Amino acid sequence: MTSVIVDRRVDKGKSAANRQRVLKRLDSALKAQVDKLIARKKLKEHDVSVEVSIERKDIKEPSFGLDAATGHLGRVVPGNEHYRVGDKIPRDSSGAQGRGSGSGAGEGQSDDEDNFRFALSREEYLSLLFDELELPPLLKKDLLEIDENRFRRGGVVRYGNPGTVCVARTFKASIGRRVAAEAQHEEAIEAARAALNIALADAEPTAVWAAEAELQEVQQRHADIPFLDPVDLRHRALIEVQAPRTAAVMFCLMDVSSSMDETRKDLAKRFFTLLYLFLSRKYEKVELVFIRHTDQAQEVDEDTFFNGTQAGSTKVVSALIKMHEVIALRYPASHYNIFGAQASDGDSFGADSTDSSAYLLSQLLPYSRYFVYAEVGDRPETGSTSLWSAYSDIQAEHFNMAAVRSRTEVYPALAKLFQREQPA
Amino acid sequence: MQNSTRKFSGSEWTLDDLLEIERICGQHAQGYGLDVFPNQMEVITSEQMLDCYVSSGLPVNYGHWSFGKQFLIESGKYQSGQNALAYEIVINTNPCIAFLMEGNSLAMQTLVIPHACYGHNSFSKGNYLFKQWTQPDAVLDYMIFARNYVADCEERFGLDRVEQTLDALHALRDQGLDKYKRPRKLDTRKERAEQAKRLLTAQETMRQAEYFSVTPHQAKASSTEAVFPASPEENLLYFIEKHAPKLEPWQRELARIVRKIAQYFYPQRQTQVMNEGWATFWHHRLINDMYDAGQIDQGILLECLHSHTNVIRQPEYTRLNPYALGFAAWNEIKRVCEKPTDEDREYLPDIAGKDWLETFHDIMQNYRDESFLLQFVTPKLVRDFRLMHIQTREGQDHWTVSNTAGPEGFKSIRSQLAAQYRLETWMPEISVVRYGRDSDRKLVLQYQSYQGRSLVEEQTVQTLKQLRTLWGFDVRLEAVDQHGSVLRTY
Repeated sequence: MTSVIVDRRVDKGKSAANRQRVLKRLDSALKAQVDKLIARKKLKEHDVSVEVSIERKDIKEPSFGLDAATGHLGRVVPGNEHYRVGDKIPRDSSGAQGRGSGSGAGEGQSDDEDNFRFALSREEYLSLLFDELELPPLLKKDLLEIDENRFRRGGVVRYGNPGTVCVARTFKASIGRRVAAEAQHEEAIEAARAALNIALADAEPTAVWAAEAELQEVQQRHADIPFLDPVDLRHRALIEVQAPRTAAVMFCLMDVSSSMDETRKDLAKRFFTLLYLFLSRKYEKVELVFIRHTDQAQEVDEDTFFNGTQAGSTKVVSALIKMHEVIALRYPASHYNIFGAQASDGDSFGADSTDSSAYLLSQLLPYSRYFVYAEVGDRPETGSTSLWSAYSDIQAEHFNMAAVRSRTEVYPALAKLFQREQPA
Repeated sequence: MQNSTRKFSGSEWTLDDLLEIERICGQHAQGYGLDVFPNQMEVITSEQMLDCYVSSGLPVNYGHWSFGKQFLIESGKYQSGQNALAYEIVINTNPCIAFLMEGNSLAMQTLVIPHACYGHNSFSKGNYLFKQWTQPDAVLDYMIFARNYVADCEERFGLDRVEQTLDALHALRDQGLDKYKRPRKLDTRKERAEQAKRLLTAQETMRQAEYFSVTPHQAKASSTEAVFPASPEENLLYFIEKHAPKLEPWQRELARIVRKIAQYFYPQRQTQVMNEGWATFWHHRLINDMYDAGQIDQGILLECLHSHTNVIRQPEYTRLNPYALGFAAWNEIKRVCEKPTDEDREYLPDIAGKDWLETFHDIMQNYRDESFLLQFVTPKLVRDFRLMHIQTREGQDHWTVSNTAGPEGFKSIRSQLAAQYRLETWMPEISVVRYGRDSDRKLVLQYQSYQGRSLVEEQTVQTLKQLRTLWGFDVRLEAVDQHGSVLRTY
C-alpha cells in the first residue's frame, strides 16, 4: 500500500465550460441586467468587470420536496435550558425552532435568498453589450482585446535568446576582443622571441630550451584566442512601447428637451458608449465633454447629462457654439484629436437647422477629426427631420450621420468611423 | 526514512511534509486496526475546491449548466464571506482521493490528513452501506465513461436536446434510487458492451413497432388487464429508462447515468453523523498520539485543538451539528465500554464493559445514522446536549415540548432523534403504481404522505412538467394517506 501526493493546483479552468453554459442559459436575464447597468454606469466604467444579480427563480431546478409547513412536525433540539414537558413555544420565535427540517443530511440549497450575485468578467459583460449592438465579429474582437503594451526592437543587449542574436554586432564585438587580446599576446611573443635570441646568442642549451618552451607557450596562447566567444554575443533588445501617446477628446452633444424620452436617451447612451469604447482602444487618453442643450447649451457632468432634466424649446446651434468655445478654451486642435458625437431627435425650429449645418461645416469640422450625428427615435419622420435634411447638405469625408431607430442601428451609425480608424 | 525523528512545527509545509505526516498517521492508525484504501492526497486551490463542491467531490463529471450555476452560487457565498471553504473533501474511491486546500496551515493539514485519509477512508472501506452500494474501484472509470458519453451525445444530438433531457432527469434524481434492492456493480467495460447491446435491442424493438404504433386509447372501465407494474416501483428513473414509450435509446442511457451517480451518494446521505463523528474521533486521537510521540510540537497541537473545538461546536436551539453529535456519540461508546455506569448497563447492556476498539469496528461496519443513534445514544449524551423534543401540527402557532432530557423521556427522545435521520423526513417517497401500457400510456405515481406532509406545490408542478417531457404521455401524481385514500391529484 503506497500513498501518493499530487499537486493539482496546476490544472486550471475546469469550471469554465459549465460557466459558459450557465451564462448562455441566463442570457435574457443577463441582458436585462446589462440594460440596467448601461443606464446606471458612466461611460468610463464600462471597461471593467461588473457584478450582476440574478434571481434564483430564473434558474431554478425543480424537484419533489416536502412542504415543511404542513403535517406533523417533530424536532429534537439541543441546548434546552428553560423548557419543561408541556411548555408551549411560539412558532415564529427565532430561538428554539431554528431553520430547516433538522435532519442531519443535506437539504439542498436553502432558499433564504431570492437572488445570487456573481461577477461578469469585462469580456463577458462587453460581449453581452455588443451582442445587442450586433457588432461585426472582427470589431468585437478588437474591442474585447486588452491593449497589451507592444514590443519593438530597441538597441542591443548582451543577453537574450539565440533567436535574437544580432550577427553584425556580435562579429564586431568579436573583432574588438581579438584585437585587444592579440595585441597583448603579440607583446609577449616579441618578448619571448627576444629572450630566445639572447639565449641562442649565449648558446646555453638549458636557457634555449626554456626560452623555446616559453615562446611556444605564448604562441599557443595566442592561437587559443577563440574566434567567437560567448562574451561577444549581442542580441537585439525588445522594449515595451506604449500605444501611441495621443490624446483625444470626445464631445457628447445631446438634445435634452422634453421630446427626448427615456428610450431615446438609452439609444443615445449606447451610441456614446460604443464610440467611447472604440476611442479608448485607439487613444491613450480620451477626455469626455458633455454638452446638453435645449434652447441654451450647458457643459455638464455625466450624471446631469443623462439624468438631469431641463425644460425649454430646442436650439441645436447653441450646443455647437458651446463646443466651439470649449475647444478654443481647453482643447487646442494641435494637441487633441477632436471627436464630436451628437444625438438628437431631430427637432429644430425655424432657421436653427440651417444655421447649425452652416456652423458645423464652417466652424467645427475644420478642427474635428470626426463628427457623427445620430438621429435617435422611432418616429416616422426620424431620418427626414429638418435638422436631418440640413445636415444632409454637408459634404465632408469626416462627417457622418445616421438614423438610429433601434439598438441594432447603433453600430451602423459608427461603422464608417470604425472602418476609417482601424484600432492600431 | 531518515527524518522519521523529525518534529513538525511552524505553519509552512511542503508536499513531502504532507506525505510524511500521512505516513506517521498511518503508523499510529495501524495500532488501532484502521483498514484503509491507499491514499492519494491532492493539493488544490480554492477555485478547485469549489469545483469539488459542484461535483460532490468526484474529480470528473459530465458537463451541464447546473454545475456552472452551483459553482457561481458557491463562489459567490465564498467571496462574500458567507461561507468558508472546507479544508478537505474526500470521496470513497480506491485509491482514496483526499483533496487538501493549499491555504491550510501545517497544523490544519495535520488535522485533515488523519480526518480524511484515516477517518473517512476507513469508514467508507468498512461500512456495510458503502460496501454494498458503492464500488470504489470502478467509480472514476464510470465517471469518465459518463462524461465522454454525454459529450458524445451532445455532438450527435445537439447541446440543447441533451441539456433538456438532463434537466428533466436531474429533477427526478432523488427518485432514482434503489433504496432496498442492491444495485448492480459498476463496471465500465461491461457497461460499454451492454450499452451497445441495449442500443441494438432498442432499435429492433422500434422496428417491430406494433407495440408503439397502437394508438393510445382510453382504458375500458371494466378492463380486466392486470395492473402494471405488479408492485409499486420506487425507482422512478429506472422505470423511465425501461418503460418510457417515447425516449430514444441515448436518452435511456442518460437516465441510467444520472441514476447510477445518484445511487453512488446514497450511503453518504445515511451515514453523515456516524461518518463525521468517526473521522473527528480519529483525527483527535491520532493528533494526540503524534504529539505524545514527539512528532508534532505544542504549537501545532494547540492550533489543531482550536480548530477541532470549532468543528464540534453545538450552538443552542439550532440544528444538530453532525460533527458534534457524532463525535460525542463515539466518545460515549468508548466510555461505556471502558467505564460503564449502572445506567449504561441498563440501557446499553450489549456494549457495556466490552473491548472498545472491537466494539468500534463492529459498530462502524454494521450501522447507519438511524440505527446507530437508536442503539448507542446514551442517557448522558442526551443530558450533555440538553436535548428536547418539540412538536407541532399544521395550523398550530406554537411548538409543544413533548420530551426533555430526563430519565422518563430518554427512550422516546432517543428514537425521536434517530427518526430525524430517516430519509423520508426530507425526501418524499414517490413510486410508480400504474402504467397504462396497453391503453392510454398514462403513468400514475403515488406519494405516500409522511406524517401528513404535503409536497411543495410549485416545485411539484414544475417537476411533473419535466417528467412529462420524458414520458411523452399523461402523468398523474396522487398524494395518498396511510390508508391509501387519495388526498389530492397533481
